Amino acid sequence: MTEFIVRRLLQALLVLAVMTVLVFFGVNVVGNPVYIFASSECDQPCINAIVKDLGLDRPIWEQYWVFIGNMLQGDLGNSFTHGVPAMSLIWERLPATLELAFCALVIALVVGLPLGTLAGLRPHHWTSRVIMAFSMIAFSVPVFWIGLIMIIVFSVSLGWMPAVGRGDTVEVFGAELSFLTLDGLHHLAMPATTLSLIMMAMVIRLTRAGMREVLFSDYIKFARANGIRERRVLGVHVMRNILIPIVTVLGMEFGGVIAFAVVVESIFSWPGVGKMLIDAIAVLDRPLIVAYLIFVVIMFVTLNLLVDVLYSLLDPRVRLGGNSG
Amino acid sequence: MTDVPVLQVDDLNTSFLLTAGEVKALRDVSLTVHRGEILGLVGESGSGKSITGFSINGLLSPPGQVMSGSIRLHGDEITGLGSEQMRRLRGNRIAMVFQDPMMTLNPVLKIGHQMRDALRAHMRIGDREVRARSLAALHEVGIPSPEDRLLAYPHQLSGGMRQRVAVAIALLHEPDLVIADEPTTALDVTIQGQILSLVQRLCRDRGTALIWITHDLAVVAGIADRIAVMYAGRIVEEGTVDDVLDRPAHPYTRGLIDSVPSRGQRGRRLQQIPGRMPALTDLPEGCSFRPRCPRAADACAQPQPMRDLGARRVRCCRPLTEALA
Repeated sequence: MTEFIVRRLLQALLVLAVMTVLVFFGVNVVGNPVYIFASSECDQPCINAIVKDLGLDRPIWEQYWVFIGNMLQGDLGNSFTHGVPAMSLIWERLPATLELAFCALVIALVVGLPLGTLAGLRPHHWTSRVIMAFSMIAFSVPVFWIGLIMIIVFSVSLGWMPAVGRGDTVEVFGAELSFLTLDGLHHLAMPATTLSLIMMAMVIRLTRAGMREVLFSDYIKFARANGIRERRVLGVHVMRNILIPIVTVLGMEFGGVIAFAVVVESIFSWPGVGKMLIDAIAVLDRPLIVAYLIFVVIMFVTLNLLVDVLYSLLDPRVRLGGNSG
Repeated sequence: MTDVPVLQVDDLNTSFLLTAGEVKALRDVSLTVHRGEILGLVGESGSGKSITGFSINGLLSPPGQVMSGSIRLHGDEITGLGSEQMRRLRGNRIAMVFQDPMMTLNPVLKIGHQMRDALRAHMRIGDREVRARSLAALHEVGIPSPEDRLLAYPHQLSGGMRQRVAVAIALLHEPDLVIADEPTTALDVTIQGQILSLVQRLCRDRGTALIWITHDLAVVAGIADRIAVMYAGRIVEEGTVDDVLDRPAHPYTRGLIDSVPSRGQRGRRLQQIPGRMPALTDLPEGCSFRPRCPRAADACAQPQPMRDLGARRVRCCRPLTEALA
């Protein structure tokens, strides 16, 4: 197990190194951020002064080495627009995004597991067809469109739901959280639901496929032949087997959810890192963009590692395969 | 021995209702098993042996359905029972052991967990009682250090051990009837013998009635009191082991016995039954074995009722004459 984790960590470092190159050089060929800082009466010497001040006059490989050197010390540079360290901006905005993503995950599981189970139990019943059609639509329709339609229907026409912001928040361990207040939940409902749809569709399809496979296995027949109640057969004996692929896919997908949060946060003006990225791109705030992208890479790598560990907890065969066999 | 048999099946008809039409998997199957008696149910793959077992314990998977006939447990009709009433019988009064011990235990649940669920399906007992009963059951089937096994996952046990665990679980509630669906087919010959004598001993000790489903005549000869031979969804011959195996009356039984290699006929060519079992969708008129039968005559195209030949019953209008002598 230790050897496995060490190997995965080394792979992760390699991925990270490659990503810094791609991100840094990629961002540096787009636009010229100097004009953000230059006021309209700033003449050429004034602009040159800004360029020198930002270090943009030096060759790009030298800029890269400075960037890497700083990164290794945990410094991803100051935001051009906010003038404060980019990482502190990300940490400040992150709780909002994580809250949104976790709520989406919970909604996806709470709704997806029962629907998938239902569809797997009676695959030819009309309810199953409706469920599968729904999952197909949730997969295919663009997230931004669903978000906009929700705002039009529930906020504009019906006036039931707030369209923007987080509502009232409560501070927990230094992070502002919405889901602990009624008003916050009210604000959270639409963006979280919108963000959960793709995951939900995936949970439904995975659960259904798992049910179709596990239900016909001998060990389920044996459980039934022993008179174990159907609720327990489905809830424990079947579900424990189905959860293995679901945990795997959701863990991998969770990074993707945070990426999709960019879209959802922009639509619902949710003040998370996604909205921050869009704003940063609009004004070419290079350090902030780079810091965010590096952060996302680290997050993906960590999630994958976590999934592997969690997987081995759920499936005893994986756990023991490593050391004894 | 009381006169009321543990299990009495009369004229059982089971069909699979497919969109293409009705497939008759069992036709007029009648069986009787008394207390402490072992009935060997013999036939080729697809002859309906397993379907008979699942019809009795109410676990036919759809679209399978018992169409008509009666199944009585200690004289009480169970064909019309609801699903909850059937669940109370399963594991409690009718238990089942399956073919492949690699597949009958849930791979992600500990042995102790699976035994606990099986116990609690029929009795409200505390953890201490569950543990005591589980340990006693494992001890009885000859599993060494049962305390450790309770915490083990199925993949940590050998095939023979797993089948012992399955037998222990099936016998937890001291059922009246055990249906063993080829429980030794997937095991090594030496392990096969151990399981065989284990089940035989446990059933004899408790007076449990046992239906041993198999395609292996040698196994049946060793364990059963009576034999029922199935062909294409029908019982074609039934009688005591000695009668049926030594003096088969039905040409199919004869063919089945002749196709088994034995030490007395080393080097000789094996007798085979020509052709193969007809598809259930395409059965010939009258006797289903007619197209493969060396003794077929015009009369065989007529429906064949069960005939009583002394202590045995045969579904054949031209039974082998030496059996009658």
